[in-house]
Amino acid sequence: MSKPKVATTSLAGCFGCHMSLLDIDDRILQLIDLVDFDKSPIDDIKTFTDRCAIGLIEGGCCNEENVHVLQEFRKHCDVLISFGDCATMGGIPAMRNNIPLAECFDEAYRTGVTVYNPDGIVPNDPDLPLLLDKVYPAHEVVKIDYFLPGCPPSADTLWAALTALLTGQPVELPYELLKYD
Amino acid sequence: MLKEAKIKKICKRFGNDRTRMMDIVREIQQEFGYVPPKYYDLIAREANTHRVEVQSVVSFYTFLSDRKKGKIIIRLCEDIIDKMAGADEVAAAFERELGIAFGETTDDGKFSLEWTACIGMSDQAPAALANDTVLTNLTPEKVPEIIQALKKKADPQVLVTECGDGNNADQLIQTMVQNNICERGEVLLGDYDLEAGLRKAIEKTPEEVIEDVKNSGLRGRGGAGFLVGLKWEFTRNAPGEDKYILCNADEGEPGTFKDRVLLTERPDLVFEGMTVAAFAIGAQTGIVYLRAEYAYLRAFLEDVLNRRRAAGLLGNNICGKDGFNFDIRIQMGAGAYICGEESSLISSCEGMRGDPSDRPPFPAIAGYRVAPTAVNNVESYCCATRVMDKGADWFSGIGTEKSAGTKLLSVCGDCERPGIYELPFGVTVNELLKKVGAEDAAAMQVGGPSGQMINPSQFDRAISFEDLPTGGSIMVFNKQRDLLEVVEAFMEFFAEEDCGYCVPCRVGNVLLLNRLKQIRNGKGVTEDMDYLEKLGKATKRMSRCGLGQTSPNPILSTLENFRPIYTEVVRDNTSGLQKSFDVLEAMEQANEVTGRQSVLFHA
Amino acid sequence: MADKLKFTIDGVEVQAEHGQTILDAADAAGIYIPRLCAHPDLKPIGSCRICTVVVNGRPQAACVQPAAEGMVVENDTPEMLEHRRNLIDMMFVEGNHFCMFCEKSGNCELQAMAYRFGITAPQYPSQFPDKDVDASHPDVMMDYNRCILCTRCVRASQELDGKNVFQSIGRGFGRKIGVNGRQALGDTDLNVDDRAADPTICPVGCIIKKRVGFEVPIGERKFDHEPIGSEIEKG
Repeated sequence: MSKPKVATTSLAGCFGCHMSLLDIDDRILQLIDLVDFDKSPIDDIKTFTDRCAIGLIEGGCCNEENVHVLQEFRKHCDVLISFGDCATMGGIPAMRNNIPLAECFDEAYRTGVTVYNPDGIVPNDPDLPLLLDKVYPAHEVVKIDYFLPGCPPSADTLWAALTALLTGQPVELPYELLKYD
Repeated sequence: MLKEAKIKKICKRFGNDRTRMMDIVREIQQEFGYVPPKYYDLIAREANTHRVEVQSVVSFYTFLSDRKKGKIIIRLCEDIIDKMAGADEVAAAFERELGIAFGETTDDGKFSLEWTACIGMSDQAPAALANDTVLTNLTPEKVPEIIQALKKKADPQVLVTECGDGNNADQLIQTMVQNNICERGEVLLGDYDLEAGLRKAIEKTPEEVIEDVKNSGLRGRGGAGFLVGLKWEFTRNAPGEDKYILCNADEGEPGTFKDRVLLTERPDLVFEGMTVAAFAIGAQTGIVYLRAEYAYLRAFLEDVLNRRRAAGLLGNNICGKDGFNFDIRIQMGAGAYICGEESSLISSCEGMRGDPSDRPPFPAIAGYRVAPTAVNNVESYCCATRVMDKGADWFSGIGTEKSAGTKLLSVCGDCERPGIYELPFGVTVNELLKKVGAEDAAAMQVGGPSGQMINPSQFDRAISFEDLPTGGSIMVFNKQRDLLEVVEAFMEFFAEEDCGYCVPCRVGNVLLLNRLKQIRNGKGVTEDMDYLEKLGKATKRMSRCGLGQTSPNPILSTLENFRPIYTEVVRDNTSGLQKSFDVLEAMEQANEVTGRQSVLFHA
Repeated sequence: MADKLKFTIDGVEVQAEHGQTILDAADAAGIYIPRLCAHPDLKPIGSCRICTVVVNGRPQAACVQPAAEGMVVENDTPEMLEHRRNLIDMMFVEGNHFCMFCEKSGNCELQAMAYRFGITAPQYPSQFPDKDVDASHPDVMMDYNRCILCTRCVRASQELDGKNVFQSIGRGFGRKIGVNGRQALGDTDLNVDDRAADPTICPVGCIIKKRVGFEVPIGERKFDHEPIGSEIEKG
């Protein structure tokens, strides 16, 4: 029987949650026994090759591309997990959420104290994805089945949740594994 | 006079007493057009308090402001009944005429435009306040004349060219407001013998008076329906030298305007009832808490009080009864629905923000100035007076077994004869609809937004404490009305008026309102009904006072009685994508900033 | 009058002194009723409503409701647990709670409460309100993004410090804690040693002392290993 497939992505995140996933250390060998990775930065597969049992979402949606990827994940995965504070609550990128977009651009490219941009040019290449008015937690864009908060969630937390899910156990984190920091 | 000197004088006039902060900042607002934050320290020093306490009060009430407003503030009533009568068109006319939007002040500092919660004129909507002057039956066509007249003379009273009926034309009122009394009952609006109730009361012992009121079955008319006699008994029996009689004239429940008519036409009945209560309880001081929207009645009411003092009906040894001393003052409110809640009302009378208090202790034990206090509705005092005159049996013989007497109903909305109806408790909705000329009604809101919305299959129910309780507000809606719009307006009202003290009410109402808006914008899904119901119940169960305990009612009662208005607009969603998220809308700012459209997503 | 009065919490008989609140009596009996605005050194005010219990069928805040002979209190019921969870979620979405860089993380009572309830994500949409940060005071700063309006600072200043540094201003969703100064906290007479500035008074990371953040390493913080309320449950 073929192994269930797992896909992962980092949207508006810092890849810290993916680093934490790698932090399961040698348990990654056990994980490989349990699953195959499909679309994921871990194996650099860019597009879905198959239906996946689990999709791991790092980061919220700050731009249209994030939305597109997240919607693709919803279509291709049976179970979606938000992992990390950015996916579950917006996280650090959401600190811009009460500032109008135009002001964010100004601060980032023109008026910010560390900005050196004598021509005042704001990048606007057609390939750049359009930013959303604010950063949305993943579950405000698509339905999410499980949440693993933390910045990042610890390797133990991820391991506990993934193994529970893959072995058909309920995903219930013990007290010390549920953390928001 | 220097501004500082003026402020000092105002503070002094109220005894440099911080418990009179409401009066102090109201007067300062009147003098300067706002309460200047740069004088908070001075006010605090003069009134023996802290500047943040001054700020705390000023920032709580909508009729007080820390920013300079126009000399004339036009406050247009944003109640749903006014909206149905064309308030939005009137608003547009004001904006056109003055060149400013609502929430703004003209550059010359002459006018400000504001929306305000129900001002108690729903039977003559759309209505507005121009400072204290009430403007009724507004139309967009009248607006240019109004502004012209006010530009010529900055006194809103020039707009009153014709006075309303009855005492509305009194020299001290002079308002265009109409009473619209459509049906008089035998308790409140029929003929009665002035002072007969009081004179009979003082022939008895206080205990006998309380016994009579208890036996009459009189229940509080504000809506909650606590037995008035029992409340008086608790207050009488509570230990304490000083006791207080408070009259709740802060009818802020949208669609309620019955106390306005009682205060206009039966002020003596109100004050007499308070005096009877004072006798029964052993109180020496009474306070009428008059909502800011009814400031136009103040001079008239003060005059009635003066007349009563001169006639020996207030003051020392009332009616010649040795040692029976009682007087009444009027405490003006400043725009806060929550102050109709009795403990908030007490806080406001004490010169503080209108946050409600925890019970116990109940006001009967520790109310105004921590002394035993009886707080009753305007109508309750009127009824008590009549019980004294005509007897408990007479009163309990009217109405139903559990709801004695008549109820004053203020009816508005889609009916031929909006106005005041005094009807015995037990009257059915069908009977009422016939009287008001609305037999084609599709929905009735009983008891205002905090009450419930009922459908035609429930029109055989009776207005009474045991079936359909109401503080007086009755709103009628015909089948053309978008009831979800009505529900949204009610939720807007609660989100505006909640005090923010406790979490469920402060946050729950906003979340409920947001989800409702989402549904009305066509983004609703089937699960939203469950979300609203659960959130509504949590808000009700966990909130601290009556506001949060009733604010989800517009949603909960329509989910129960008008479920199709939701099911018709929500859709099943199995796509896994959240319908509430609109990617095109989320990119609108980016479209503007970058001048680009999305390649990934299209309309 | 008997020395002590008796009542039950979830069927367990509890004794209380006359005038004692349900919350205090429960604490003494080793029964934890979750709470955020209540603090043992301050007068209770019943604003967070987390401690709501059902008393003889009616919801009441346990921190302000006096115990009475024979009363039947429901605390740990599915209904109350669900509603308390709802309230915790409300507090999260009405503010901007970035636990990952908050100095209070690990010692924060709101966060700890969410852990205790096993909350992995808020069920309501985040409101992302626009809130201020006040760094005007030389030794203490206020980050309003984190405030839950429990008014423990207001009460601590009045009741324990004999001052009046804080007070609620505004109303509804716009309600906030105001300071008794012309502009900001730096204009008040708050002293860094005031109880109002003590980290055990503010349950969250709204009022924090400057230059002492992240003093305790992760793993040694108050709520790292045991849920809030454990100390009461252990008796």
